[in-house]
Parts: sequence; C-alpha cells; structure tokens
Amino acid sequence: MQQIINFLIRNKTFLLFLLLFSISLLLTFQSHSYHKSKFINSANFLTGGIYKSVNNIGRYFNLKKENDILLEENNRLKSIFFNTKTNLLKQDNNDSVFSAKYKFKPALVYKNSYSATNNYLTINKGERDSIKQDFGVITSKGIIGIIDNTSKKYARVMSILNTNSRINSQLKKSNHFGTLTWNAESPLLVQLIDIPKLAPVAVGDTIITGGRSTIFPKGIPIGKVVSFKLDETENYYNINVKLFNDMTSVGHVYIIENLDAEEISNLNNPNE
Amino acid sequence: MNNIISTNIARFIVLVLVQVLVLNNINFLGYINPYIYILFIILFPIKNNRLLFILLSFLLGLTIDLFLDSGGVNAAACVTIAYIRPVILKFVFGTIYEHQTVKFNNTELGQRLTYFSIITVIHHLILFSLEVFNTTKILLILKKTLFSSIFTIILCVLITILFSRKNK
Repeated sequence: MQQIINFLIRNKTFLLFLLLFSISLLLTFQSHSYHKSKFINSANFLTGGIYKSVNNIGRYFNLKKENDILLEENNRLKSIFFNTKTNLLKQDNNDSVFSAKYKFKPALVYKNSYSATNNYLTINKGERDSIKQDFGVITSKGIIGIIDNTSKKYARVMSILNTNSRINSQLKKSNHFGTLTWNAESPLLVQLIDIPKLAPVAVGDTIITGGRSTIFPKGIPIGKVVSFKLDETENYYNINVKLFNDMTSVGHVYIIENLDAEEISNLNNPNE
Repeated sequence: MNNIISTNIARFIVLVLVQVLVLNNINFLGYINPYIYILFIILFPIKNNRLLFILLSFLLGLTIDLFLDSGGVNAAACVTIAYIRPVILKFVFGTIYEHQTVKFNNTELGQRLTYFSIITVIHHLILFSLEVFNTTKILLILKKTLFSSIFTIILCVLITILFSRKNK
C-alpha cells in the first residue's frame, strides 16, 4: 500500500497528464460521432453570449450584402407567385394550404467555420424558440446543415462541410439518389457518392435534396456537378458538386421543421 | 507574485478572445489559421507548480474547444506541450534553464525561435492529427501543420518582441 502511494506521489505529474489527455481524447472521439458531443459545444450561454455581442457589432458591415440577398430572394418568390396560373390567394379555403407539412423559422448565424474538417455553425435560436435536434437549416440559395445540439437560446448546426455529415440528395432531372458527404478539401465543393452507374450524369446538372429523409423537404437546391468519375467498384459515381451557397459567408438562415417527422420515425421504429 | 498571477489571468482571457474572435476568422488561403493562444503556455513562468500548469493548460485548450466546437483536440495538444515543456526548455536553453534563471525577454532571438518552433510544431501536429483523424489524409495533416506553424511562429515572435518590456 505504502509503495502504491509512493508511486502515485512520485508520478503525480505524469498521471495528471495522462488523465487530462485521456479526457480530451474521449471528448475528441465523441465529437467524431454524430449526436454525441453533448458537453463541449458552442451553444452554451458563455460562448453563445460572447459570439452574440461580437456579432451585434459585426453584422452592420454586412447589411448591404444581406439586403441584396433578400431583394434577390423576394424577386424570385414574387415572380413565382404572380406567374403561377392558379392564384394561390383564391385557394385560401382549400384544406391543402392549411395542412402545412413544414414550418420555417428565420435565424441569424453567430459563428461560422469552414477551415476545419468538422465544421459547425452557431445560430441565435434555441429551445426557447422550440428548435430541436434534427431540424434542417437552409438559406435562400441552398442547404447549410442540420441542427445537432441546442441550448436555451442558441443552437449548433452541423454544417454540410463536416466529414460526419450524410445528407440524402438526388439528381434533379432523374430520381437517382445518393449521399452527400465532404472530403475536407475545399469549402466550395462537396461530394455526392453512391449514385448508380446507370444514372445520366452530366457536368452542369443540378443536385437537389431527396425527399427520403425526414429532415429536408424534397427539392431544395444544393449545387451543380463539376466533375464525376466511377469509384473503385465501378458501379457507382463519385460526383464533385459545387455548392450554390457560399459557405464562407452565411448571414441569415431558415430553420425547417418537418411536422410529420415524429410520425414517420414512429412508423419506421415500431418497437420504440 | 501577485503581479505574475494577474498578468497570467489577463493573458489567458485576452489570448482566448483574440484567438476565437479574430484569428480563427483569418482562414488565409482557405485553411491557414495561426494559433497564438499557446503563447500562454510558452511564456508561463518557469518556476511553477507543474500540476497547476498542466491543469491550466488543459483549461485553456478546453475553452478554445468550447468556442470552436472541436471536441477536445486543443485540450489534448495543450496538455501535451505543457507536459513536455521542461524537456524542450532543457534542450534549448541548456545550463541557463538548469539554474532556473531564464527570462524570455533576455534570451537570444535564435534560442527563443528554436523554443517557439519546437513547441508550435508539436502542438500543431497533435492538433491537426486529432482534428482530421484519418490516416489516409496524412498529407493534409502535414500541409496544415507546416503552414499554420509558420504563421503561428512568426506571429508569436512578433508579439513577444512588441510586448517585451525593456530591462535596463
């Protein structure tokens, strides 16, 4: 017993180092698997608060650009609205309008990163605004990511520029679907894998989200095909997709809530 | 003594804030960021309680991780360099360190540069290996380590020169 205590005292520095090092390794491993990095994330009152106060100053410098983006989006929505043959306003009594499937909420990005291999964003909406895990996040141009952690006032979004991110997506012109991943090389390009060899892929094709997940509705634009090649098994395409979004500068985003998500997941896991 | 404690607390807070609010948004050429918060570990007084020093380094790394959503990679790298710092000090400064009389302001630029470089490169190598965490991307790790290290070392040396008090 004496010897053990002596040993502990003699090597206390090394043991402390070992302990702290293993704690940090544990945290690191947790952060590499989706939904497990609970403790260390920027959606808490301290980091969220600091990012908020800095953002309050910084956002004035982007007002002009944000205005342009909003104007562009308004313009697009107006042209859709007034050019549809059936005027939506007259259908107000129709039930299909009221049985909305998706709920949208605007939010502001406080912190964005794109140079690491696992990137996250912090936004200014949290549990207080009934934001939960697994809601989708988009901008007017394309998708951003999925909510992965929430606190009272803030939420953390797992960006599509994250090597753990897997998003169901498909070609716009045919229904061949695959998985959107990122190889950590460029913040402008993401990779679409598992598209079958039979699919008619061409450079310039548009990639959209597939309706197979409960997170994103079908048809949200993602990007354009810039190059593609067959993978090692020669059965599937690996496609490089250039994002419509500039992930290096994101200001305002929309959070999508799928109101049917719970029902669908209950159907798929009847045992729970 | 009080002076040393308050200087170090101030240094801790200022370095963390500068790191997360300014330097992590540089993204030079898309991925090169300096990590100057390790200046806290580099410049920590040499006469110290090693347990406290390692614990503080861990806290520093964890704070940075909290802001950057990086799990525990910064904490791991910081704890490691804090633990092996005496070895590096002995290697670089030799007998002066043995007598516990190293003052960073008085050391030669060459020695200081070697000391900074060794610590920075070790820190960055651990940081990026854990962050990328993929053996097939060793080239990416080395590339990030090399360029970020150069950036960090230059900034660290400049900052220590700028903020050094002239001892007469």
